[in-house]
Amino acid sequence: MKQGKGLLEVKGLRVAVAGNEILKGVDLTIRDGEVHAIMGPNGSGKSTLAQVLAGHPAYTVLAGTAKYEGKDLLDMKPEERARAGVFLAFQYPVEIRGITNSYFLRSALNALRRERGEAELDPIDFLQFLEQKLRAIGWDDSMMNRPVNEGFSGGEKKRNEILQLAVLEPRLAILDETDSGLDIDALKTVAETVNKLRAPNRSFLIVTHYQRLLNYITPDVVHVLADGRIVKSGGPELAHELEAKGYDWLRDAAMVS
Amino acid sequence: MVAVERLVGAYNTWATNGASEVPEWLKDMRSGAIARFESLGFPNMKQEAWRFTSVAPIAEGSFEQAKPPARIPTLEEIRPFLLLEAGYRLVFVDGFFQRALSTPFFDDVQSLAHVVTHRQDLVRQHLGKYAATEDRPFSALNTAFVNDGAFVHVPAKATIAEPIQLLFLASGKPAVTHPRNLVVLDREARASIVETYASLSHGAYWTNSVTEIVVGEAARVDYHRVQRESPGAYHVAATQTHQGRDSTVNLHMVAFGAALARHDIGAVLAGPGGRLILNGLYLLASQQHADHHTTIDHAADHCESHEYFNGVLDDKSRGVFTGRIIVRPGAQKTDSKQTNNNLLLSTDAHADSQPQLEIYADDVKCTHGSTVGPLDPRALFYLRSRGIGEHEAQQLLTYGFAAEILGRMEVAPLRAQLDGIVRGRLAEQ
Ligand SMILES: Nc1ncnc2c1ncn2[C@@H]1O[C@H](COP(=O)(O)OP(=O)(O)OP(=O)(O)O)[C@@H](O)[C@H]1O
Ligand SMILES: [Mg+2]
Repeated sequence: MKQGKGLLEVKGLRVAVAGNEILKGVDLTIRDGEVHAIMGPNGSGKSTLAQVLAGHPAYTVLAGTAKYEGKDLLDMKPEERARAGVFLAFQYPVEIRGITNSYFLRSALNALRRERGEAELDPIDFLQFLEQKLRAIGWDDSMMNRPVNEGFSGGEKKRNEILQLAVLEPRLAILDETDSGLDIDALKTVAETVNKLRAPNRSFLIVTHYQRLLNYITPDVVHVLADGRIVKSGGPELAHELEAKGYDWLRDAAMVS
Repeated sequence: MVAVERLVGAYNTWATNGASEVPEWLKDMRSGAIARFESLGFPNMKQEAWRFTSVAPIAEGSFEQAKPPARIPTLEEIRPFLLLEAGYRLVFVDGFFQRALSTPFFDDVQSLAHVVTHRQDLVRQHLGKYAATEDRPFSALNTAFVNDGAFVHVPAKATIAEPIQLLFLASGKPAVTHPRNLVVLDREARASIVETYASLSHGAYWTNSVTEIVVGEAARVDYHRVQRESPGAYHVAATQTHQGRDSTVNLHMVAFGAALARHDIGAVLAGPGGRLILNGLYLLASQQHADHHTTIDHAADHCESHEYFNGVLDDKSRGVFTGRIIVRPGAQKTDSKQTNNNLLLSTDAHADSQPQLEIYADDVKCTHGSTVGPLDPRALFYLRSRGIGEHEAQQLLTYGFAAEILGRMEVAPLRAQLDGIVRGRLAEQ
């Protein structure tokens, strides 16, 4: 899958948080329509990469570049990235007190529609639009009238991220451990949503610890991030190998190289 | 001292001239109350209940006793303050009942001055029986000047379908008014009520109101209170509820007016099985100061109280919240929950939050918690990562703080109106 132009091109990215260098030179190119998986030990920097691509202000870029659709992604505000089609499903979704899920989703969708020069949806049109998306993830609208993520179970929060993915239809979707804490049915729902959304002009970066998800979503490329660097990349078979052997052999390999 | 003497002098003049045509028991009540006020004087910041609030601007201001307004506003002029078209309403201007602007209902939704003579027994049975004056100089002063205000009575098993509006408008003249309201729901009665304080023009006046709400066995009231006085006003108020067995009281307090506001809210759960929601919101900006002093008294077993107060503080404003919960001996199986969350939108804003739990029963569940802090940066990033601009995200989160309180209002038309008012207020910031 080396054809197609690079939707996301990350080069030599070094990132620090709270004074500690976490990403120590990451290179990553994702082309249109590709699905990339990132695996790696706890604390290796996977979420840091995801957050920095979404524009979290707590992370300091020390060096390197990230181009999205040929533009300097790192120079864009988080909301500008989102409006340009970047979406991050959070590893730890945030609770928003007092704002209902449906109000939040509509505000987000309308922000994107404004950007695209489309008319905003009023509450009634939005509910109609939402209904099919809800059905796809097996929810009724009772979840929509609750404050965003407040009191949601771990699995419900993850499902809510997937609902947002389905509603916002991004061009680059970054899923940070969306499969963690999900039961089997929910996992299938996530996979189905992603598979349904797979398209020649839509790409995915999926952070996961488990081969399980990749049984349903076949990635084009699998990367291993260890200690702030991508130490190995390969095809779907790499995920199986990691499942069998763990990360230690790669860490040693990285030290040697 | 000068201020106290001036008020006592005003009382004496008024009591001998203008306020004589009332029953003896009421005269006695007034004279007892002015004596009480005279001995208590204005509160000072050395007193525990007034630690964070100085009433010097009130004590030092020279507020005349309000006179009947020179000009009665038209319905058009008061419409912006009416939340609903339908339903009974009682309108007061500078404390004086405006029959032409009101839609009373016989002697059940009426001016207090009218029912003091027309329903003497009922008024005498309840008036002044709930709002304490022993250690409350402002309530004592209100009682000394008790004359007019709103009276609502809902007979047993009756339901008043439309919300009742009690509207207190100030003309803006530098005067003091002492509105006195009495709400009585007999057993199994139901009503929803909204009490509003607002001003027809900007001005530095003083409102000193007291509202007593008596809720009989298995009755239910949804009581809303909106304090949107003029930015220069002083607002001192006491709201006291007293509820019987298996009754439900939902109190919703929204405050965003006045330069200085102090609201004492007391609730007594006097019979087993009572349920209380005390739900409040204060939105402050510039140099506003608002002090909510709440006391929930679990005097009977198997009662529930849920108290939620959120404050949004901008500029140099200051919010004070005191949440006192008393669980009396024998009030077993009490379930009480209290939260006070303060959102600081400016580094110069300040919030004081103090829970006071006094628990004298052992088989009870009591929780409390309070927070003071700026907007959650994680929430801000979450919204921005979905395409919502930074400013809009800030506004949304701020509104969410208010919406959490508004969302608990079950009377849909009132909730919608208050939501609109709160949005309007937040948009000014
Ligand atoms: N805000 C922060 N302040 C301090 N340290 C941080 C912060 N964010 C991340 N780190 C540190 O950076 C390192 C990488 O964290 P990151 O969340 O990117 O790991 P991860 O690969 O996603 O791990 P996991 O698989 O457990 O989710 C960790 O050591 C973490 O403690
Ligand atoms: Mg992570």
